[in-house]
Amino acid sequence: MAISPPTERLWWKSPIHRPELIWIIVAFLWGLVMFFMMIWWHATGEQNLATESYRTTPNAYFARTEAMVQQYKVRDINGVPVVRPPVGSDVYLMGRMWLWYPALELVKDQTYRLHLSSLDLQHGFSLQPININVQVHPGYEHVLTITPDQAGEFSIVCNEYCGLGHHTMLGKIFVTESSGVAP
Amino acid sequence: MSDTTFRTCPTTGLKVDLDAQKLIKANAVAAVIFLALGGLFGLSVALTRWPAVHLLPADWFYLALTAHGLDVLLLWIIFFEIAVLYFASSTLLNCRLAAPKLGWVAFGLMLGGGLITNVSVLQGQSTVMFTSYPPMMAAQHFYLGLILFAVGALIACGIFFGTLVIAREERTYEGSIPLVTFGALTAAIIAVFTLASGAVILIPTWLWSLGLISHIDPLMYKLVWWAMGHSSQQINVSAHVSVWYAVAAMLFGARPLSEKVSRGAFLMYILFLQLASAHHLLVEPGLSSEWKVFNTSYAMYLAVLGSMIHGLTVPGSIEAAQRKRGFDKGFFEWLRKAPWGNPAFSGMFLSLVMFGFLGGISGVVMGTEQINIIMHNTLYVPGHFHGTVVAGTTLAFMAITYLLIPLIFQREIRFPGLAKWQPYLFGLGVAGISLFMMGAGTLGVSRRHWDITFADAPLDFSYPEAAFLMLALNGISAIAAALGGLFYIVVVVASVFFGRKVEGKVAIAAPSGKAVVATYGSSESLRIPGTIMLVGVFFIAFVLYYFVNWKYLSDIWPMR
Repeated sequence: MAISPPTERLWWKSPIHRPELIWIIVAFLWGLVMFFMMIWWHATGEQNLATESYRTTPNAYFARTEAMVQQYKVRDINGVPVVRPPVGSDVYLMGRMWLWYPALELVKDQTYRLHLSSLDLQHGFSLQPININVQVHPGYEHVLTITPDQAGEFSIVCNEYCGLGHHTMLGKIFVTESSGVAP
Repeated sequence: MSDTTFRTCPTTGLKVDLDAQKLIKANAVAAVIFLALGGLFGLSVALTRWPAVHLLPADWFYLALTAHGLDVLLLWIIFFEIAVLYFASSTLLNCRLAAPKLGWVAFGLMLGGGLITNVSVLQGQSTVMFTSYPPMMAAQHFYLGLILFAVGALIACGIFFGTLVIAREERTYEGSIPLVTFGALTAAIIAVFTLASGAVILIPTWLWSLGLISHIDPLMYKLVWWAMGHSSQQINVSAHVSVWYAVAAMLFGARPLSEKVSRGAFLMYILFLQLASAHHLLVEPGLSSEWKVFNTSYAMYLAVLGSMIHGLTVPGSIEAAQRKRGFDKGFFEWLRKAPWGNPAFSGMFLSLVMFGFLGGISGVVMGTEQINIIMHNTLYVPGHFHGTVVAGTTLAFMAITYLLIPLIFQREIRFPGLAKWQPYLFGLGVAGISLFMMGAGTLGVSRRHWDITFADAPLDFSYPEAAFLMLALNGISAIAAALGGLFYIVVVVASVFFGRKVEGKVAIAAPSGKAVVATYGSSESLRIPGTIMLVGVFFIAFVLYYFVNWKYLSDIWPMR
């Protein structure tokens, strides 16, 4: 029994039953498929998380975000500035208790370098309803190269607990049709 | 030590060290108290998430969520595991427990630490979630309590190792240690790694909360904290797989199909499970993809391989034992005629099935580097781990309780009718909790979130209608699970304190009551067609669900 010592003293010498052996082989091969699937997706898939990251400070990151807001602000939404940065440019998004700042207006099918960092605690960038989720740390700047391929209004939820106002922390990304802009 | 006193168990003939027996009782009782407390917090969390009920105000919700994680994930499970370690070493090996006095010191440290951290949470100054990610800071005694608890648990692991050494020297058993003890050894080895990681990160964090250290890097914290947080889940896996084998042995006289294969599978846990810290870092900055791919897959899924092996060998050994007893017709007579009215069996088998289908598959899918992008920090995450830790570990521990009460506490089970339905009600509730949270997570709903309507937010957003339905169903499931948990606690408390004393033998074996199954025949003649079919269904579900999620991933915005 499993609660008493093995009846065969030399248990490591007894042969493996065929059903067990076949299952071990199948499970091992399936593990390899899953392992190489991740590598294959890096080579051919279109959704891979960037590893480009830098150390930063809240002050430095805030200054760069604010400079972008001053330069490219187009309107306000409930007091939050909406920024329309040039296609292909570096776009700064800042998490802080409890707002994603600023709101962004991007053009469909164009590529941007989206920088993420936090001014205070950890936050969770969770873009809805598409469901893209990235952790945001203070002191680290993460640069994602993204290409929005749907037009419309998207919301950024915070999905890392960041204090009692956590559930009020939202942000916006508006994606406009490419036909509306002269490239 | 000559003053050790033993009693001889009339059922098994095993010698039981009375000091060990007292420690097993104390740790098991503490575990159940924290389960009751943590379960109550969990119910209040689920009822708050149910939008139509929305029970708690925001500050209490986050406080209850912190306490829920602490009390059930840490205190209930580790206290019970210490009881399992003492049982698997001292009792199963016929051996006196090493240093029982130290065992009480360990117990005191764990209990004191657990209480201190609970107090700090209830004081409202440590609403930082169980994970306590810096720079968010808890009150200093939040960390201090955790450190004391970890030191106590580490001492208890040391007593377990010491008992193994004594048993070997005093030749209290023949040959190799039993498989269940081997599994417990696996759990204890992983526990040492885990608790050491906890010390490495919690001690500096405590000093930081005292103002003696200026800065804790949030990314480094997560890396080391999860070497404790996730690896401790692998203690649970090793412990509850051992419990599966133990229940199968006690009820069916089942022996492992092959000692080599089952022990090899445990070895895979020791070798590879520690890499799982990466599961929590797949969408973080500052780490390379190579690091993520290698670690998240436990080096090519070798620890997953271990679990998939147990998934065949545990039901396989039950099937082989049942067939040997004469339940040999068709594919499933062995399973149909299993003792489904015995909560030790129903709890164990539901735990096995749900751990595989709910917790196991979702865990591997979510731990795929890229797929994590569409799941990280959504309700999918708690959906997954309620499938592993609650449906898997907790239900397995509940199941073996129904055997430990007559054997260790020497009391008859009170309210057998309640006990009979308990695993089904609890299992159904937990399956619902797991599935509906995963459903809500697939729809994008954030975990650790008080208000999915965002009523107080400066901007407008609401999750889709279907998410509201999911959270309502989650609330209903939580009520079912809480009732099942209440049944368990009522039965345990009533039996332990008011149960009739067991005289003579306990009838725990399967209906036919035949002796231990000595052999299943040669390696060619083993017949387990029912198990092969179950495993085949599992494999197909796994493969389909895995690729469905790659399809979901391919629909999101291109990013690199």
